[in-house]
Amino acid sequence: MQAQSVGNVVPQRAHFSTALPLKSGGVLPEYDLVYETYGTLNAARSNAVLVCHALSGSHHVAGTYAGKPGSEGWWDNLVGPGKPLDTGKFFVIGVNNLGGCYGSSGPNAINPATGKPWGADFPFVTVEDWVDAQARLADRLGIERFAAVVGGSLGGMQALSWTLQYPDRVAHALVIASAPKLTAQNIAFNEVARQAILKDPDFHGGHYYEHGVVPTRGLALARMIGHITYLSDDAMGQKFGRNLRHDKPVFSYDVEFEIESYLRYQGDKFAGFFDANTYLLTTKALDYYDPAFDYAGDLVAALGRAKADYLVVSFSTDWRFAPSRSREIVYALMHSDRRVSYAEIDCAAGHDSFLLDEPQYHAVLQAYIDNIRV
Amino acid sequence: MSFQRYDYDVIANWIEPGERVLDLGCGDGSLLRYLSDVRQVRGYGVENDPERLLACAKNGINVIQIDMEQGLAGFDDGFFDHVIMSLSLQAMRNTQGILAEMLRVGREAVVSFPNFAYWRHRQAILNGHMPVSKNLPYQWYNTPNVRFFTIADFDELCATEGILIRERLAFDEGKVIVEEPNFLASVALYRLARQG
Repeated sequence: MQAQSVGNVVPQRAHFSTALPLKSGGVLPEYDLVYETYGTLNAARSNAVLVCHALSGSHHVAGTYAGKPGSEGWWDNLVGPGKPLDTGKFFVIGVNNLGGCYGSSGPNAINPATGKPWGADFPFVTVEDWVDAQARLADRLGIERFAAVVGGSLGGMQALSWTLQYPDRVAHALVIASAPKLTAQNIAFNEVARQAILKDPDFHGGHYYEHGVVPTRGLALARMIGHITYLSDDAMGQKFGRNLRHDKPVFSYDVEFEIESYLRYQGDKFAGFFDANTYLLTTKALDYYDPAFDYAGDLVAALGRAKADYLVVSFSTDWRFAPSRSREIVYALMHSDRRVSYAEIDCAAGHDSFLLDEPQYHAVLQAYIDNIRV
Repeated sequence: MSFQRYDYDVIANWIEPGERVLDLGCGDGSLLRYLSDVRQVRGYGVENDPERLLACAKNGINVIQIDMEQGLAGFDDGFFDHVIMSLSLQAMRNTQGILAEMLRVGREAVVSFPNFAYWRHRQAILNGHMPVSKNLPYQWYNTPNVRFFTIADFDELCATEGILIRERLAFDEGKVIVEEPNFLASVALYRLARQG
């Protein structure tokens, strides 16, 4: 079947008035989740697939918004008729996580208690909290058990966490370009990104909304650092090399090398639409994630509760979430007697590979997903 | 390949129902598929070829993409009941290393390989050519095989490495060869354990 788009989609909003206890000890008294769905929930309610987003993603996984050219969802190549997550078979859900900035309750939304934006008062949220909130949305939609939970990077951590928090509610987890926990180096990158935001004079302790400013310099810097780590050395070299804008050094701090131009552009673009507080919260959620922490670091013991089947995928040039980190998950799952398959895809694009449609990558996803019974 | 059926039956006979089995160089996963059908094994395959990995995924078996030449770091000692390497040992460079790894992560190892001393192969050499046969279907210039050894050679290696041969079956054209296997058998299957 020819791959098609799911077409125009419209986000939906669900309000939850039951308080959500958070891992930090805090509580969200009430909250909203914005989500999109693609395909149709079958009568047995057995064909639902949850797609979890990463650091800068959203509920807009696939399809387009009417009248908005270029508004394809962030994983549009995966979801749709004739695509690996075929919406003719599956009912696919994307959710903007709590603390996000795309409509779900988060720092840039109004705190019902004060009538003002939450800002820095929005509580810390973790991967586990996101999964709890997603589970409540699943309850609301009448989904007892997901055919699959799918995610890349931080989204992969949510997919893994689903199988530990709600082992009876997930049949398959697809954990892509992810890790069982961040390394010190990985946390270090996040910390530099956070410091760039926290030290921006426009940050105002996270209450910049009230001052009518945005810490764009810090947020742009944070994105630049992140972006470097999402690309491979080779990919960057091939795309930009040492190309000079003026064909020779002009001894200036303005843009000279093409890579400088690219990073500044990416940083500024990101700072124009993303929320700095969400960036802070989300990088902390990444740092805190460690399902083995309560098991003295024993991941096999932590996975003992799981009942799902797994597909784990990594990419050869991904150094932010290196293949060796995915293998940790694979071996721990195997030693927990879980069914697990693992593919290490040869792809030059670094961490960002997981968003591409490299043929072997999508063929493996397709083969695995086709065997999921609904 | 035509000898696969009896190859599979011999291996299945060495495996108890419900065992944990690791198949190194599992191809399209058909052996593991067979073992999970007839022995309900908890099976995992190891494969590093993208096409074959994809075939495994389509076959619905657990497959893990790693390079076996690097050993089996990450696999716990004694986790598997049987570690199988079916007709792949001759294509591995690190022969001693992988045999040691198989017997580290498995209680027993099952190894099968084409016997290079099979009489038709000897005949080919006498006639001045490298053997090409059903079990060695490649030309010398395109073969994936990198180690050329015989039943007698393998027996010797096991003795040197302290590997116990619990059982050895040799075949030609699907029939068991009891007399002169190093001359008359084209394929051999071994059930191996650590000495002591």
